[in-house]
Amino acid sequence: MIKVTVNGVTFEREVEPRLSLADFLRHELGLTGTHVGCEQGVCGACTIILNGDSVRACLCFAVQADGCEIETVEGLGTVDNMDPLQQSFQAHHALQCGFCTPGMLMTGVDLLRKYPLATDAEIREGLSGNLCRCTGYEHVVQAIRAVVEANNGG
Amino acid sequence: MVVEVGEAEARPKIIGARVQRVEDPRLLTGHGTFIDDINLPGTLHIAFARSDYAHARITRVDTADAAAMPGVFGVFTASDISDLFNPIRATSRMADYHATELPVLAGSKARFVGEPVVAVAAESRYLAEDAAEKIYISYEELGAVVDPVAAAEPDAPVLHDDVGSNVILTRTFMRGDVDEAMASAPIRVGDSFRMHRKTPTAMENRGYLADYDQGRRALTLHSTSQVPGIVRDALVEMLDIPGNRLRVVAPDVGGGFGGKGALYREEVLVCVLARLLGRPVKWLSDRMEDLMSTNQAFDERIEAELACDEQGHILGLRAEVTGDVGAYSAYPWTATVEPVQVVSFLPGPYRVPHYRGRVRGVTTSKAPMGAYRGVGRPISTFVMERLIDMAAAKLSLDPLEMRRRNMVRAEEFPYKAASGIVWDRAGFMECLDAVTERLDYQGLRESQAEARERGRWVGIGLASYAELTGLGSRIAVAPGMPVNTGTESANIRIDSSGAVTAYFGIASHGQGLETTLAQVVAEELGVRVGDVEVIHGDSAIVAHGTGTYASRSAVLAGGAAIMSARAVREQVLKAASHILEADAGDIDAANGKIFVKGTDKSISFRDLARAVYSEMGRLPREVREDIELEATRTYDPFFGTATPATHLAMLEIDPETYQVKILRYGVAEDCGRIINPLIADGQVHGGVAQGIGAALMEEVVYDDAGQILTASLMDYVVPTAAEIPSMEVIHLETELPNNIGGFRGMGEGGTIGAPAAIANAIADALALNVNELPMTPERLFRLVGKQQE
Repeated sequence: MIKVTVNGVTFEREVEPRLSLADFLRHELGLTGTHVGCEQGVCGACTIILNGDSVRACLCFAVQADGCEIETVEGLGTVDNMDPLQQSFQAHHALQCGFCTPGMLMTGVDLLRKYPLATDAEIREGLSGNLCRCTGYEHVVQAIRAVVEANNGG
Repeated sequence: MVVEVGEAEARPKIIGARVQRVEDPRLLTGHGTFIDDINLPGTLHIAFARSDYAHARITRVDTADAAAMPGVFGVFTASDISDLFNPIRATSRMADYHATELPVLAGSKARFVGEPVVAVAAESRYLAEDAAEKIYISYEELGAVVDPVAAAEPDAPVLHDDVGSNVILTRTFMRGDVDEAMASAPIRVGDSFRMHRKTPTAMENRGYLADYDQGRRALTLHSTSQVPGIVRDALVEMLDIPGNRLRVVAPDVGGGFGGKGALYREEVLVCVLARLLGRPVKWLSDRMEDLMSTNQAFDERIEAELACDEQGHILGLRAEVTGDVGAYSAYPWTATVEPVQVVSFLPGPYRVPHYRGRVRGVTTSKAPMGAYRGVGRPISTFVMERLIDMAAAKLSLDPLEMRRRNMVRAEEFPYKAASGIVWDRAGFMECLDAVTERLDYQGLRESQAEARERGRWVGIGLASYAELTGLGSRIAVAPGMPVNTGTESANIRIDSSGAVTAYFGIASHGQGLETTLAQVVAEELGVRVGDVEVIHGDSAIVAHGTGTYASRSAVLAGGAAIMSARAVREQVLKAASHILEADAGDIDAANGKIFVKGTDKSISFRDLARAVYSEMGRLPREVREDIELEATRTYDPFFGTATPATHLAMLEIDPETYQVKILRYGVAEDCGRIINPLIADGQVHGGVAQGIGAALMEEVVYDDAGQILTASLMDYVVPTAAEIPSMEVIHLETELPNNIGGFRGMGEGGTIGAPAAIANAIADALALNVNELPMTPERLFRLVGKQQE
């Protein structure tokens, strides 16, 4: 039996020890916004925030998340009320197929909380654990840059 | 959210506006519906036992232990399912092409590492994978076929006994007498070029879910497909189910780049088993399966030579190309699609009076070659643009001037290229001028000279090309293929609530077609973008449609959208003329309102629909019966559209690590009339990023035994945000008179130009010949070492 708080809601579930955290979120809790792209911790599509840090949900077992606080893409804004980063992604066309996007957003949230992101090179470095095949990253960098500037009162 | 258009403006320009995408809110909030987000009760999950050998006879398969495991519903070999479907081959009318079989499971023989041999159906993917490990397959090795040049020799082991040779296609394009032209030419340059094997690597792996309704004997396949129409038509033949009971639906699809644009054996298998077992059957590729079994690309060897006069004018070009097409000819494009395009596009955007391009396609024990972004043209452009720079160097001519002297000029269109392609008017030279002006080519050359004086390895590379996009019925996407790729249909309907729905046979998988096609419909019909719902990616919604590939959807579906929207608009105006008591010619529609010009008389689409459908008596019966607020039209661009571009790269090589850092990158391309500049920019950025991958890092490696060494994303390296530079993109919008919308296709272009531009820039930085891509740090280190010897 594990007890996990996801986007502010606490769940208690009995899980197999080998169940990955990504599969737990997707299949047990129905939170299919977290995507699985490689199951080897390389592509970053499954990035979530666990106890305040961005982690790969495919590299954790669900049992390791016992007692933890998790944030997923579903915890950001809603379709009718997107949060500033989501809005900026739309405004800058920072997504195409949208498969890597939840992971990009969660990494972006983590970066924006922790780092000043004074240069685009810092943003690019911070995003380098999240692969995207559609956008060439240019618009993703612009979308995050715009939020940094808005946060700095710019 | 859409761009607000002022009420005062009668006909707002929606085509050309930076409209934010309607797809985005669902994708940004985790509410997209990708294949693995669809869960049907009672679904069985498939795992495969795949071949560990490159080329081997399968002598024994022991499935007893796997079948006995809890949660396992069945274990299937080729012989277990062979009676359940009709076999399929990718045929072509092209002479000197031999189709290979495309088995669903390998039967007597396995032909590449990763080929599916046995399928397990179990209650969960975890259990299915457990069971797949308990399948024991005995093989007798037949000798890996890895090098296509050796494989073409008569004594090589043959992969397909019924074909009798590994050479399954040959073709020659010719103009003039190239040998004579070369023999007397004062300047000749040439080399052996090699572009290594690549794989598309969409972020979402392939996946298929088949749902068989036993009561209706109807099958629905949910598939990560770019081509649901093609898959539906193939499955109709294979499964003997008519098209009205066989539906192929592509949900949100996480990228494709051509890799999801073919019929795959796994999608046939889930259909066969769903019908057999009477339960939904799902298979999701993991990344290793994707890297081993999704159709791959490039892998071409080119011997090429270019001749010119002392002023740099091209006199002749000849090439011998060997394409490594992998183990099977992919359906429906066949193994011809990439190698033939290498020679048909090799002359590029230049005047080449004498030409001969000969190509052969050779099967090897590797994953099949398919139609990946750019198809052949990244290779032809790499080779031709290197030859242009090599000739320029020999003549001490600037590469920019060399291109200017040879590129087809505005007054020469329509221009018949040396391979027979006819280039219609497009901004060939204008792209070259635009990117070199915008990035200040001369200024870059000066700063390069300064950097070189300080010992830095800095280079500048140009690459120009032209591609055929939006192909119509006159030119097949792959030579001689029996599938019609030259038309697309749109059905547009105003329902009784006044809402507009537009149905298309294309299948958007990241291109934003829900937005761009809504823009086209909205502008033509006179409604707002948000009023139009675009439905696509479902074989059941139009009678015929193939999908999204070959830079065609904006051209073909956009054209069909204009035609059907105009037909519906005519009906709207006819109804409105009765309701508003005015001449149809005096009525216009904009922003969702239909109005008599110059008056305040107007009606909403909603009220008009009510008058037509619900409020009997508002229109006389004979008028009502004459009004159909729905139309289907099919567009055929016939020849297709020409899309040219020039790329410019400036880069620096680290003399310690041999890592290449791109300092500046610019693209000028001519995609005709732009529907949405945001989306057009995004297509170029993404294409260039994949081209940079092809130029510097992405490579599928097979060893001498045919084992794949790049079966994870740690070994198959794709570029991250840290390697991709910021890019400057310039769009030209050259008019296109013979095309209804004036749109040119542009989805693939970025990937076509970038490898050549980077190869030229590296060659420029080090004054050496770059004849192989990707130019990894290791390869570059060896190349520099060889030069210093």
